[in-house]
Amino acid sequence: MNEWLDPLLLSRWQFGLTTVYHFLFVPLTIGLALTVAIFQTAWVRTDKIKYLQLTHFFGKIFLINFAMGVVTGIVQEFQFGMNWSDYSRFVGDVFGAPLAFEGIVAFFLEATFIGLWIFGWDKLPKKIHLATIWLTAIGSIASAYFILAANAFMQNPIAYTINEEKGRAELTSIWELLTNPIALAAFPHTIFACFMVSAGLIISVAAWHLYRNQHLDTMRPALKFGLWMMVIAGVLTTLAGDQLGLAMVEAQPMKMAAAEALYVTAAGAEASFSIFTLGTPDGVNELFSVRIPYLLSFLSTHTFDGTVEGIDNLQAQYVGAFGPGDYTPTIWITYWSFRWMIGLGPAHILVAVAGLFFTRKNARPTRPWMWKVAIWSFPMSLLAMSVGWVFTEMGRQPWLVFGLLRTQDGVSPGVSGVEILISLIAFTLIYGILAVVEFKLILKAVQKGPDDAPVPDAETGELQHAATVY
Amino acid sequence: MDLTILWFWIIAVMFIGYFVLDGFDFGVGMSLPFLGKDDTDRRVLINTIGPVWDLNETWVIVAGASLFAAFPEWYATMFSGFYLPLLLILLALILRGVSFEYRHQRPESQWKKWFDGMIIVGSAVPALLWGVAFANVVRGVNLDANHDYAGTIFDLLGPYALLGGVTTLLLFFVHGVVFISLKTEGDIRLRARKLAMQSGIVTIVVAATFLAWTTLAYGTSASALLAAAAAVALIASFVANLRGAERLAFGLMAATIGLAVLTLFASLFPDVMPASNDPANSLTIANASSSAYTLGVMSWTALIGMPVILLYQGWTYWVFRKRIGRAHIEVAVH
Repeated sequence: MNEWLDPLLLSRWQFGLTTVYHFLFVPLTIGLALTVAIFQTAWVRTDKIKYLQLTHFFGKIFLINFAMGVVTGIVQEFQFGMNWSDYSRFVGDVFGAPLAFEGIVAFFLEATFIGLWIFGWDKLPKKIHLATIWLTAIGSIASAYFILAANAFMQNPIAYTINEEKGRAELTSIWELLTNPIALAAFPHTIFACFMVSAGLIISVAAWHLYRNQHLDTMRPALKFGLWMMVIAGVLTTLAGDQLGLAMVEAQPMKMAAAEALYVTAAGAEASFSIFTLGTPDGVNELFSVRIPYLLSFLSTHTFDGTVEGIDNLQAQYVGAFGPGDYTPTIWITYWSFRWMIGLGPAHILVAVAGLFFTRKNARPTRPWMWKVAIWSFPMSLLAMSVGWVFTEMGRQPWLVFGLLRTQDGVSPGVSGVEILISLIAFTLIYGILAVVEFKLILKAVQKGPDDAPVPDAETGELQHAATVY
Repeated sequence: MDLTILWFWIIAVMFIGYFVLDGFDFGVGMSLPFLGKDDTDRRVLINTIGPVWDLNETWVIVAGASLFAAFPEWYATMFSGFYLPLLLILLALILRGVSFEYRHQRPESQWKKWFDGMIIVGSAVPALLWGVAFANVVRGVNLDANHDYAGTIFDLLGPYALLGGVTTLLLFFVHGVVFISLKTEGDIRLRARKLAMQSGIVTIVVAATFLAWTTLAYGTSASALLAAAAAVALIASFVANLRGAERLAFGLMAATIGLAVLTLFASLFPDVMPASNDPANSLTIANASSSAYTLGVMSWTALIGMPVILLYQGWTYWVFRKRIGRAHIEVAVH
């Protein structure tokens, strides 16, 4: 068969493409729902019109983005069965439950109350309307928990027993499944990272307007809010990421070895972290690197004299346990995605701290490059999010469910390469076009600025919320 | 009752929820070229479902995820076997969903025209293909010993399956048009009523043929009763619409769709995906379902979750109970 029509390769590309794409919208949905809820709460409590303007302004961006998150999410729900039917047969008894919970507990909440929020401005009492955006935010955050619990099973399968007769994994404890140590660490790590992305958007947008000296009343508080949100969420993302790293070393030592491209088991000072490496493309031979001694030991074990297992050692162990085969992820991908992720995180915190310093007491930085750095916060935070997912999913390879099911054994046997190629091309085209449309719409909404909010009646001082319609 | 059998019917109920709710969204979308004379009309139509289409669509996500959790084998076989039809459904739902949100973002008529087109196609394609898919499930397809689909795309396009597709397309169309008559005021309401009458006759003929075919070829005595009830509800809805009883007509359309889905599930029982080549390869409730523990966990979740969901979704419909007319669009902001 033509290697371009290999169903496995095409299915992996499709899953990677659709998932990374879906997760460009999810962080903004999660982060902006909360942000908008906070702005609206500030308005309800203080009655200050600037908070209502911010609610409408970021609410509009939120909605343009929300639609994309919803429609690309249905693809995610379907393609386990479409492209990975053997995986679905094998894990459905375990993996399906958190997905169903996600739908019943989270998606319904999110999808119902978002409609009430959009169209309820003139129909609901002020406080009930406020509750609808909070319930939307809670729904979006809850959905992240359930999908991360499902994903955690793939990284660190627990709470199951193998039914030999049916050839599948079966759930033994829903509680254990939902409290998988990987899920407990990945959830705060991901949620706070989502808050970073939405903080990034707020910083970018506010900086763009402030650099042009416009909409100061709203954009100054927005920038301050975004910067503080970035600092707090950034620190919490880092701390949770550190915990996730420890849990990962326990569950998937190969992933940590692959993150550092550590071939030979090392301890103490030898377990160094390389900031930068030039090597042969296969990653085996190193030509040049900049290294921090002890750091890898600390990241993996929280001690400076810990031992970090190397790829060669783990590979030999796995051959012993699972039989002959290559159990190593693609090293250059794990190595570089890990570096970009943990490099961009602190960089965002630094930029935000610097931003708070340079704008203290309403000071206005004069150097254009400072503003430009701030405007890049949003794309860079999205990039950090994407490389984080690339790392965590590529670092799991060659396993689909670590230690239980290989990726090559999960693909749908009944679906041809041609069918998957058709769908891959269709998704690429449509997603590409929609990305351009969405980006332009958001850009237009951003540039228009926060003038859409209702203004108080000149005589009575009462706010009149007009009905919202499509 | 055995949990596996309970879940077979819960899955049926979830798909009923999806088809009854998103069904009228599809109908509203398909009605744009018939009832939307100008942009304001089209906006009236779209706004009848504006606040609820997302929650309606979410029913398919929940139904799909529940199928995955309760009957992994069924989910795996059906979704991989019907690969291209499901791909088209996904693409259609993507285009439809973003169009609702993006259509009003720019004033240019060309921009709106594009999104109107995508709403129409994005509504018609799933309305047709869900019927094709479920008719194929009932009819049975070629399955190998591993329960994987062993046919081609053309095997899914037989006359029975296509008739099933046309049936759902027409049912959802009438359902949506009746919904419009219930949710709008003025001229558009009267035109919707008239369109429901005109399309109603064709729909009765096509749906009755499909239900009769289902009963004769795949039916049981229970499914025959349900099919008859579905046909009666459909005719009663037509009569109610003639008399201008919009609420009753809509309720009876919902009942028709619910009973039609039950007819299909009753015809399937106790199979979930019969193998037309060799009954030994059939997927049944017994061999496709999850373990008793998983089904127990799912049952508790559904038992606690679904009443709450129905309550707040019902409340949402109550909040948006008022009729919409051209006047609402002209004074509103977007």
